Amino acid sequence: MCATCGCDTHTHTHSHTHTHDHNEKHIAVEKDVLYENNLLAARNRGFFDAKNILAINLVSSPGSGKTTLLERTLTDLKEAVNFSVIEGDQQTTRDADRIHATGTKVVQINTGKGCHLDAHMVMHALQGMHPHENGILFIENVGNLVCPAMFDLGEKQRVVVMSVTEGDDKPLKYPDMFHTSHLCIINKIDLLPYVPFSLDKAIANAKRINPKLEVITLSCTSGEGLDKWYQWLESKKS
Amino acid sequence: MHELSIVMGIIDVVTEYANGAPVKEVTLDLGCLTTIEMFAFDMAWKQAVKGTLLEKATLDINRIEGRAVCLECGEEFTIAEVYDACTRCGSHLLHITKGKELKVRSLIIF
Ligand SMILES: [Zn+2]
Repeated sequence: MCATCGCDTHTHTHSHTHTHDHNEKHIAVEKDVLYENNLLAARNRGFFDAKNILAINLVSSPGSGKTTLLERTLTDLKEAVNFSVIEGDQQTTRDADRIHATGTKVVQINTGKGCHLDAHMVMHALQGMHPHENGILFIENVGNLVCPAMFDLGEKQRVVVMSVTEGDDKPLKYPDMFHTSHLCIINKIDLLPYVPFSLDKAIANAKRINPKLEVITLSCTSGEGLDKWYQWLESKKS
Repeated sequence: MHELSIVMGIIDVVTEYANGAPVKEVTLDLGCLTTIEMFAFDMAWKQAVKGTLLEKATLDINRIEGRAVCLECGEEFTIAEVYDACTRCGSHLLHITKGKELKVRSLIIF
């Protein structure tokens, strides 16, 4: 009989729990949740290396002018570089159509509700498209600065595009994206006189997160700074 | 909602290790510097585990605080954000040693 409450079911309950414990099994796992993605990313990276393709993961929030920058780049450099594009879009083929209009080989990945591309999607896109060897492959990620940060696609360079209409504290709001990027493009600098945006502050914020981050400021409207971006591409190509 | 992808990743790993047995508990290592929003994570979890071996599983989450080593002066310290400065010399040139974990540590099956 139980000394605390006077019941005599305690022994039974206890032994029941005890038996139960014995049927459970503890399994050590120690496995990264992104293991599968990272494995496929490594595979994509091997593919790019073998074909001498400079793969660039382009990330941004919506409205940064990323697709316009891409269009402009493809048009300006098409005589000099063999481009291919993988376009990640949640629903429409609008962006892919714009890229197609420049005469560039493009394949679209429809992510549906998914807010980011992953290495698996890119692997399948690669199988279908056969990107140009010795060229540059742009992978335009879904417009979102949070979700794509954690997913390595196998790219060689990650480029984050922001515009002066977005606020100079953007890097601090999305530290992971700036932390994992190699280059930050600050776009639409022709609008600087009209918006409360400090270039110095934005760059300082970005460098606080990632001191190794390269920064290029440009405008697709005025063309200012595009030469620096093209030089950057050339320098990473070989 | 990349949290759903993360949850699906967890389900894949756990399903592989559970070998067909229903899962009672999953222990995760989740670094404080990962961009996982816990509310979104819980929502995604509730949806995604339906009809899987994890349907009845409880989650035991080890939050791991961020740690960094300053590459300028060698100081080792705790960080709350990746843009924190070295507590000794103020440098932002850091190597993050802890806080990026996203791992299934162990599980208990019935
Ligand atoms: Zn220091």
